[in-house]
Amino acid sequence: MNDGTDSAPLVAIRGLGKHYVRGDQIIPVLVDINLDVREGDFVALMGPSGSGKSTLLNLVAGIDKPSAGRILVAGVDIAQLTDSELAAWRAAHVGFIFQFYNLMPVLTAFENVELPLQLTSLARRDRRERVENALSLVGLSDRMDHYPNELSGGQQQRVAIARALIADPTIIVADEPTGDLDRVTAEEILDLLQGLNRELGKTIVMVTHDPKAAGRARRMIHLEKGVLVD
Amino acid sequence: MPFVLRLILRNAFRHRLRTTLTMTGIVVAIVAFGLLRTIVDAWYAGVEASASTRLITRNAISLVFSMPLNYEQKLRQVPGVASVAGANWFGGVYITESNFFPQFAIQGANFLDMYPEFRISAEERKAYLVDRQGAIAGRKLADKYGWKIGDQIPIRGTIFPGTWTFTLRAIYDGADAKTDETQFFFHWTFLNETVKARFPRRGDQVGWYVIEIRDPTQAAEISQRIDATFKNSLAETLTETEKAFQLGFVAMTEAILVAIQAVSFVIVLIIMAVMANTMAMTARERYAEYATMKAIGFGNAFVAGLIFAESVGIALAGGAVGIALTFPVANAFGGALATLFPVFFVSEETMLMQVCAATLVGVVAALIPAWRAAHVKIVDGLRAVA
Repeated sequence: MNDGTDSAPLVAIRGLGKHYVRGDQIIPVLVDINLDVREGDFVALMGPSGSGKSTLLNLVAGIDKPSAGRILVAGVDIAQLTDSELAAWRAAHVGFIFQFYNLMPVLTAFENVELPLQLTSLARRDRRERVENALSLVGLSDRMDHYPNELSGGQQQRVAIARALIADPTIIVADEPTGDLDRVTAEEILDLLQGLNRELGKTIVMVTHDPKAAGRARRMIHLEKGVLVD
Repeated sequence: MPFVLRLILRNAFRHRLRTTLTMTGIVVAIVAFGLLRTIVDAWYAGVEASASTRLITRNAISLVFSMPLNYEQKLRQVPGVASVAGANWFGGVYITESNFFPQFAIQGANFLDMYPEFRISAEERKAYLVDRQGAIAGRKLADKYGWKIGDQIPIRGTIFPGTWTFTLRAIYDGADAKTDETQFFFHWTFLNETVKARFPRRGDQVGWYVIEIRDPTQAAEISQRIDATFKNSLAETLTETEKAFQLGFVAMTEAILVAIQAVSFVIVLIIMAVMANTMAMTARERYAEYATMKAIGFGNAFVAGLIFAESVGIALAGGAVGIALTFPVANAFGGALATLFPVFFVSEETMLMQVCAATLVGVVAALIPAWRAAHVKIVDGLRAVA
């Protein structure tokens, strides 16, 4: 499946398969997935529980390894990278947004956003400037010194979004980013993601159950029993 | 403060009660370990204080049996021998049996010359040597009983019956902390003359001879020569280095020492298990955080390093407090058991062992949690949050 344009895709998935082995049984999770994601795209992966959408997202993000096929991200076949190469690749190319925010509880909002920059050679002053800009972008300039437990769910997710953005990644992956939020807050987060995509041209791949959330994406892709259905 | 250090410190004090209790356990374990090691050291104090230039010649049958006085001349003639001085165990009681301290009858200036670690002023030494009933006491002993130079000290003899009154003429200070300052010396000639007068058949007998040799590397050969000299005599001799002689006393209580040493290591093992449990619990609670860090791009080694640093940090902090507390505890313990352990101090070696024990506890406790956290699959770790 591709988006119908001719330019080279940012993410090119070819013949991707993933299965788990449990005893003598082989349990297929993804079967022969072919998918292109263009730069600046905002793709929503939808499907029922167990359809393989989170597994597909994890494979694209390089935190899981496929059983078959290739995943080319910006020309790099990440399926061929070693664990340490993958870690370095993720640090440079992927921003993560999780359903439960996954912030470090012992770090302030500022320090959480700064976390990915600790892997770079940026000077302290440059890091500070970047973090302040990112937190300002998500509307949390006044919450920089707050710890996650001092923030609401929506604010925590904003911090997580700022953290995902901070290293200027090639792609942002979001796994049910509104799954733990009330409707109003979820809308705010979706506004933010949509803004990142439209105004900053960020490429986003988002897994969601929620058709309303998926409606904010440029493109919806459905998975059922490990197979792309449209 | 660097980011990594900040993260480690905040993680360490995330559950203050848990960390405090763990550190308290380490403090208690390190104090107990240090105290038991100090007891073992105290047991070996005599061995440690022995000199390589001194040999001890005693009756081959047992130390209980004495040797004739005329051995002294023969010993002096053995090649390699520089000086000879005889001594006897007196074993008297000062006021009551509970006031135990070692008392020795020693032969003249020779003995004092052979023990430079007993530091006596020239004036007091001279006063002692010219007074037939003169005595020398260690500083700790004199302080304990409030003795001053010139005091009359009555001691009731058990091996040599009667009340023996000595005049304190000198007080010695130890050359270092390892020197026993609780001993009491007086003239062997005074003992011999008195014994000869009261029990003529027990006179002119020496308990053991201290022999100074010129070359410590010749100790074995000289010992053999001495024992060969008295072969087939009525009192055959057994000559050994002072260290071996002292070790002979330690060997009599070796089982107790082994037990003390075993207990000291068991204490470290127990706290290691407690700490390992704490770190395992801590790491398990944070799998999702470690997985998140790994997803962001931090490596396995970094995650493992965080756990190691936290574990070793807690263990070393507890260890530092434990080492600091060992000194007052050892002082109190040593003071209460001064009769049993005249030399009782926390050695540098013990402190080093305490540091090593604390470090080992921290490292071993972190091994499995760090390995697990480093090797947990990111996707599995992230699931732990849900």
